Amino acid sequence: MKCGGFRVSYRADERIFDTILPIVGVVALLAVLCVVPRFATTYWLDVLNRIGIAIIGALGLNILIGYTGQISIGHAAFLAVGAYSTGILEVNVGLPFYLAIPLAAVITSGFGLIFGIPSLRLRGLYLAIATLAAHFITTFVIVHWESTTKGVLGLMVPPATVFGLPLDSDARVFYLIFALVAPAILFTKNLFRTKVGRAFIAIRDRDVAASVMGVNLLRYKLLAFVISSFYAGVAGGLMAHHSRILFPDSFTLLVAIDYLAMIIIGGLGSILGSIFGAVFMTVLPEVLKLTATSLTGVYPQAFGLIASTRDVVFGLAVIFFLMYEPQGLARIWVRIRSYWQLWPYSY
Amino acid sequence: MNEQLVFMLQLIITGIAVGGVYSLMALGFVLIFKASSVVNFGPGELVLFGAYVSWATILQMKLPLPVALLVTLLVAIGLGIVIERGVLRPLIGHPIISVIMVTFGFASVIRGVLNMTWGSDTRPFPVLFSPEPFHLGPVPVSPVHLWSFVSVLILLAAFSLFFRFSKTGMAMRATADNQQVALSLGISVKWIFALSWCIATVVSALSGIILGSVRGGVDFSLADLGLKVFPVVILGGLDSVAGAIIGGVLIGVLENLSGGYLDPIFGGGVKEVAPFVALVIILMIRPYGLFGKVEIERV
Repeated sequence: MKCGGFRVSYRADERIFDTILPIVGVVALLAVLCVVPRFATTYWLDVLNRIGIAIIGALGLNILIGYTGQISIGHAAFLAVGAYSTGILEVNVGLPFYLAIPLAAVITSGFGLIFGIPSLRLRGLYLAIATLAAHFITTFVIVHWESTTKGVLGLMVPPATVFGLPLDSDARVFYLIFALVAPAILFTKNLFRTKVGRAFIAIRDRDVAASVMGVNLLRYKLLAFVISSFYAGVAGGLMAHHSRILFPDSFTLLVAIDYLAMIIIGGLGSILGSIFGAVFMTVLPEVLKLTATSLTGVYPQAFGLIASTRDVVFGLAVIFFLMYEPQGLARIWVRIRSYWQLWPYSY
Repeated sequence: MNEQLVFMLQLIITGIAVGGVYSLMALGFVLIFKASSVVNFGPGELVLFGAYVSWATILQMKLPLPVALLVTLLVAIGLGIVIERGVLRPLIGHPIISVIMVTFGFASVIRGVLNMTWGSDTRPFPVLFSPEPFHLGPVPVSPVHLWSFVSVLILLAAFSLFFRFSKTGMAMRATADNQQVALSLGISVKWIFALSWCIATVVSALSGIILGSVRGGVDFSLADLGLKVFPVVILGGLDSVAGAIIGGVLIGVLENLSGGYLDPIFGGGVKEVAPFVALVIILMIRPYGLFGKVEIERV
């Protein structure tokens, strides 16, 4: 029975997975994911795809906020830059998707670098306000740079093709998305075993102390923005291929708040938390929609109330988690797990 | 006088009138920040709340105007107490991200509840002032703008008298200055926190009413206007009441001038973004604003 971490070598300490069980679990999960498109309906595949995209985006935001402690309300702008760069690179330049998405992610990183510059001078809420402003400026550019982004008319993105096979259905895009979700999770997991990841955590805990210990604040703060926006760029690129038409309205401030809520509800500074949060925030509106559909017989107006109910439930969930479970769903999960680990001798 | 000049003067006058409302919203924001160091990221929803409640009391319940205003303000005070007691007090001492997020949280609840109750259609707001413009020299001025500016001036004057002379106002200033000293002088800091939220919801409600009558209708886009308080308070200084008032007028003029002159070039929407461009520039040059306390930690 495992009661804690007892490691006698550095090798054991450095392992990503310290027992065989999580590896079995991950492999099993991957196997299940491989066959899911055969059985799931288009509706649920669409939900799964959006969960996958949200996981990548939330991981990126969690690296920035949860691990490095730099508050950003501009995540929707990052996603927009990623999505539009992918779209423009494919439509105007004619690149294939496997070049366009990475390139778009690099462009988004550069954008994140510019976003990150205020973080060198500003902290906490000032940085939050600066990123809020950056969000509005980005949206303005997207709406008004009509020659390239098509503005409010929407930018059509052609389906990605793999060996002549167009990824034009939810089932096919599913594989593309989850082929990127897995490395994104693994990379994040690995990042926090390295010097860079540890430097991020040191900056979050106390940046002055970190700089005394020799962490170059300029470099690592900007790096956090770069890595975070790279994830957002990938997520944006996948959004472009998932919805295949991009509107500025898909990247409002509310999207940024949704992502913030994901990492708060899931758990700040936790990879599992990012995943839980992404699942929670994507499934919540679907559950409300299903409830409303089943209620239409009794209460015909129910369907019109989905959006507002979602706002209320979302707000209450955020408030609840902040007050009673600040470490989010990830913490609840840990508690449940440790309860059952010692069962029936748990106390 | 030539047309160019008239055009500019007209933009400036409209800017001052709209800016006055921004000042009012920013006043609420700054009071909260001064008293409890909480940044309210849901100012728009508070404005929206005031606008909808006053719409409901005036047009739905058909109360006489003074009674309707009184009811709106009482409801706003209630909202302020609920927010402070229920949401922010339990989070005193939590990290900034939690406090920021919780303000987004209650803003979302307010938006949802308003949407559930009154739907998202534009509601025509009662015409409180005659729409006929009159001429100030050669410049046409709409009475709505004039009256909104006059009412803002009266309110701001009332608030400055309140802070200057009333016992409660002085207690609020003392708390903002130094919480510990205020506590030791027997001021209930908890009560001051609640009071600053009440004042904030009240001034937001008043801004909502004024904006509603200026625009002639209430809908959810009012909430976006609320976000303009960020450029205002950054320009004026996050913890300066005078800064909020002057900043509001300046940002109002800036957005109208840039909208008037740059919209033809960019094809519209400059008005919405210009204040935020200004915000970024101010943060880069002078993050504590015109009148804020110079207390930025450089890292």
